[in-house]
Amino acid sequence: MSEAWVALALTLKVAGWATAINLVLGVAVGHAMARWRFPGRDLLDAVLTLPMVMPPTVLGYYLLVVIGSQGVIGAWLLQHFGIRLIFTWQAAVIAATIVAFPLVFKAARAAFEQVDPQLEDAARTLGIGEGGVFFRVSLPLAWRGILAGLLLSFARALGEFGATLMVAGSIAGQTQTLSIAVYEAVQAGQDDTANFLVAVTSITCVAVLLSAGRLAPGRVAARA
Amino acid sequence: MSTLWRHLIFLTLCAVLPLAARAGDVVVSAAASMTQALRDIAPLFETAHPGARLRLNFGASGALLTQIARGAPADVFLSADAETMDQAQSRGLVLREQRRDVASNALVVIVPAASNRVPQALAELAGAGYERIAIGLPASVPVGRYTQGVLEAANLWGAIEPKMIGANNVRQALDYVARAEVDAGFVYATDAAILPDKVRVAFTVPTAQPIRYPVAVLVGAPNPQEAARFVDFLFTPAAQAVLARHGFGRP
Repeated sequence: MSEAWVALALTLKVAGWATAINLVLGVAVGHAMARWRFPGRDLLDAVLTLPMVMPPTVLGYYLLVVIGSQGVIGAWLLQHFGIRLIFTWQAAVIAATIVAFPLVFKAARAAFEQVDPQLEDAARTLGIGEGGVFFRVSLPLAWRGILAGLLLSFARALGEFGATLMVAGSIAGQTQTLSIAVYEAVQAGQDDTANFLVAVTSITCVAVLLSAGRLAPGRVAARA
Repeated sequence: MSTLWRHLIFLTLCAVLPLAARAGDVVVSAAASMTQALRDIAPLFETAHPGARLRLNFGASGALLTQIARGAPADVFLSADAETMDQAQSRGLVLREQRRDVASNALVVIVPAASNRVPQALAELAGAGYERIAIGLPASVPVGRYTQGVLEAANLWGAIEPKMIGANNVRQALDYVARAEVDAGFVYATDAAILPDKVRVAFTVPTAQPIRYPVAVLVGAPNPQEAARFVDFLFTPAAQAVLARHGFGRP
């Protein structure tokens, strides 16, 4: 059953990368949306939240159209760098990142909005630059909410199926994540493989949830 | 019980009941390569048999078999290869005497229409220039099984398998080639004919066993009479003409 471990390792790799990218993107965009007022902010917020409510197949199709070798970005990458994204694990990361992005972005925006602007202003009067205000005041105060969003986004990325199948395909050892391996085993009527994969997936999810519970905002605050 | 609850239950029932199968419904689980042909045959059958209604369910033959074995309420099974139907028969889902071949097909190698190279022989696919080749997953997709058989007979499977992009049904393999995400693919002649402006047929691959489509009424069919009528209808000149128009050969 070594295939299952390969699929598990790949799933963790994809979800890990997606969460890391979302840590940077989600926090940056969440902070910007919480602090800046500009026309069309509500519309932008809705667009950024779209991946959470849109069917993954719709997202997968959009991605095929954009990063496919005949797509706008895909054709450019192929022409200038010889890179083909479709059917690579990087494509799976892109799909998982987009699907999980709203969870981090929403949590980060709410967390930054909870931070009292007077504290930031106080820091400014003490002569700290904008970067210092962000990293030494806003981020530490918002951190608990952001962490909760990150854990949710990691869990969402672990289970991503529809968009991933469409852009990354199902290549054993390269792009076949746990959820796709389960689908394929069931389609082929290979119940033994399916049972084993489902057990591995369930144990992984329970492990993630347990560690999420340990890292939960309440506990972090209690220890601090 | 409060009035609100009664209303809620009533509304729920109204929403759910139309989903339940009607008496005249025939549920047909058919190979993905039959999609367009059966959609064209359905209105002909419904006109010829007023009151009967076809519900068509398409997928890879192996995946359909799994659904049926798990109790999907299907009446008719139309597979893209004899092997999947053999499995259905050995599991007692269909009876040998009810099996009939309804059409035949051919295996072809296709390349994206914009491709500047057109292979002439299977051996070329093993060489450089063909990095990704779309093939139906042999475990559940008949076209993948035919392909694997042909490549093994030609001693090329070992060289081509690492380049394989597995497709969950034949239409997915067709789509990968049409989008130029792969350099070549194995599909049926009838699939290639759907997208003549996006894919180009390089050559036809002779298969050891002919590609035939067996059809049968399922043992557990909820609606066996109408199901048998539909299977008979597939052999009428009208239905066979539709199959021929979509490129299928005689059974």
